[in-house]
Amino acid sequence: MSFQVIVFYSFAAWLIFAALMVISSKHSVKAALFLVLAFASASGIWMLLEAEFLAVSLIVVYVGAVMVLLLFVVMMLDVDYAALRQGFVKKLPLALIIALGFFAILYSFITHGDFSGEAYASPAPKPEDYSNIKELGRVLYTDYVLAFEIAAVILLVAIIAAIALTFRGRRSRKAQVISKQLAANKKNRLKVLKMDAVKTAPKSESNEEAEE
Amino acid sequence: MNDSMNFSLITSEIFLLIALCVIMIVDLFQRDKERKLTFTLTQLSLFVLFVLGFNDLNAPKEIAFNGHWIADQLAVVLKLAIYTITFIALFYARAFINHRSLMRGEYYLLTLFAVLGMMIMVSGNSFLTIYLGLELLSLSLYALIALQRDSKLASESAVKYFVMGGLASGFLLYGISLVYGATGSIIISSVSDYYATNQVNLISQFGLVFIVIGLAFKFGAVPFHMWLPDIYHGSPSSITAFIASVPKIAAFGMLIRLLVEAFGQFISDWSEMILIVALLSVAFGNVIALAQRNLKRLLAYSAIAHVGYFLLGVVPGTDASYSAAMYYIIVYALMTLAGFGIVIFMSTDKNEYQQITDLQGLGKYHPWYGLMFSVVMVSMAGIPPFIGFWPKLEIFRHLIINGFVLEAIIAIAFSVVGLFYYLQVIKEMFFAETNESPAITSSRSLKIAISINCLLLIMLGIMPDSIYQYCLSAFGLIS
Repeated sequence: MSFQVIVFYSFAAWLIFAALMVISSKHSVKAALFLVLAFASASGIWMLLEAEFLAVSLIVVYVGAVMVLLLFVVMMLDVDYAALRQGFVKKLPLALIIALGFFAILYSFITHGDFSGEAYASPAPKPEDYSNIKELGRVLYTDYVLAFEIAAVILLVAIIAAIALTFRGRRSRKAQVISKQLAANKKNRLKVLKMDAVKTAPKSESNEEAEE
Repeated sequence: MNDSMNFSLITSEIFLLIALCVIMIVDLFQRDKERKLTFTLTQLSLFVLFVLGFNDLNAPKEIAFNGHWIADQLAVVLKLAIYTITFIALFYARAFINHRSLMRGEYYLLTLFAVLGMMIMVSGNSFLTIYLGLELLSLSLYALIALQRDSKLASESAVKYFVMGGLASGFLLYGISLVYGATGSIIISSVSDYYATNQVNLISQFGLVFIVIGLAFKFGAVPFHMWLPDIYHGSPSSITAFIASVPKIAAFGMLIRLLVEAFGQFISDWSEMILIVALLSVAFGNVIALAQRNLKRLLAYSAIAHVGYFLLGVVPGTDASYSAAMYYIIVYALMTLAGFGIVIFMSTDKNEYQQITDLQGLGKYHPWYGLMFSVVMVSMAGIPPFIGFWPKLEIFRHLIINGFVLEAIIAIAFSVVGLFYYLQVIKEMFFAETNESPAITSSRSLKIAISINCLLLIMLGIMPDSIYQYCLSAFGLIS
């Protein structure tokens, strides 16, 4: 057994253990921390694939930013854990069946057919001076430059939309809207009611009842 | 095939992006409440885009950016239609948002971003580019709808649109990923080359089903139509007019690129699915519209029916039938814009116009507008000599030529059903007993815009060739 295989299986074991703990841990903060562990071991596996940049960015983006935000949310919200776990045992058999069924489907896909491991050659090891970042950058700024730029525009839209939807301007401003004042008309402001000149007071029945 | 970075092919897109950034900065320093300068610059940039696009007409087909971008006649004609209809829609929008909380520079900015997204959608030559264009369009539209923050209805429909749009994108992406797995490429021309030599396997078919579902979701075709009436109803009217018209044109471009250009080899696989979806849309759209009392919802269900007719044009699978479908979708965009123009026109400052019965007495007291609105309705119903008739005729003609006689008869029968609710609107305008004159408070520019839009429907109806020749040239049928 080579060193690589040992590293792979140990990271894979960590990954599976962490993933299981994410869904079975009783405390949601612990679950979130196990998710961090899962990400970290996944990034170790990516490192084995010689995708260093992706491995590092997985740590930086997911562990560093996304999970910390998630932890904040989990800590700030008061979640009723007991209610969440109700019916866990009752639904467990069904859940297990579905999980096993899904596993069987995935297993058959990986071993047979178009997406099986045999259909794809295992990646050849890269030369020593190979730089993952350089390769990614080359592809990103040549073959996919257009898509890259469009993605940037999408982010710009996201910024504008976020500002447009949340910014309400200064609050305590009593400015005149001249166009609104000019557009004011009699119909919208004035209500003319037709009334008789003299109106006799109606005899109320409750008074009569009181007199009797 | 040209793999180089030919930036001259994306001149229009670069121009629009620069114009957007300039307008964004200019808008920041504006003190004018009505944002006249922002509006002028927006319209001006659309006009410049139109001129740029007009220069590109009849240019040779070119593929650039490593296969991710295509510049052909189809893209140019669709873009010209997008610019024109957005231009008219913004005139309606300006009149509508003027006295509302919607009056902000971002309205114009987001509209222009949506236009940019649509331009990318119609000239994307890879799944990735098309998807990114679609997301750019959708994100701008979600934000546009949500712009009316204090309205419960608008927020609700924005969230609905967001969730349904996300679902549709998910379907589309899932299909694309399966096709990528089967063919090993996301470039459309490579995918079609792959299928020219290889057999269609199960995975590709599976992916194709998901792509068709995603497209049907985006079009709002039955049975994926549930979101459409709610969103058309809930959005502010000027935004409904925009989402109901222009994105449909871009979605047509996407459909041609995804289905016809990538999967042209197995047309029999997808045309049957499209046929079912189309016939269901024609039937359900027309029948449910009969029960609507709210003009916006009525137009939404009629939109579903129209999408059905348009999809019927894609079914025969000949270039001539595609150009008929393209003609249909452009004309439909123009008509539905006028239809929602009525809603905008009849809205007063305080409340948005809603019910059909609010039109009562319009023919008696404002005969000109009564006449204009009748033109819109009759045109939508597809009665000659108005513009709505010709594309329908072309679509039925191509169905019958290619042997879909029964399908054509069903579609025509439901077209007659549809006539009922269009005429009902006219009935309310002219024949309802009322002594109350409906209030018309809209500005002069809106009055002119809606008159021009409606007269355009008559004029183009008398000269149906004026648009159709461009649609034919887009598929290389005439040069």
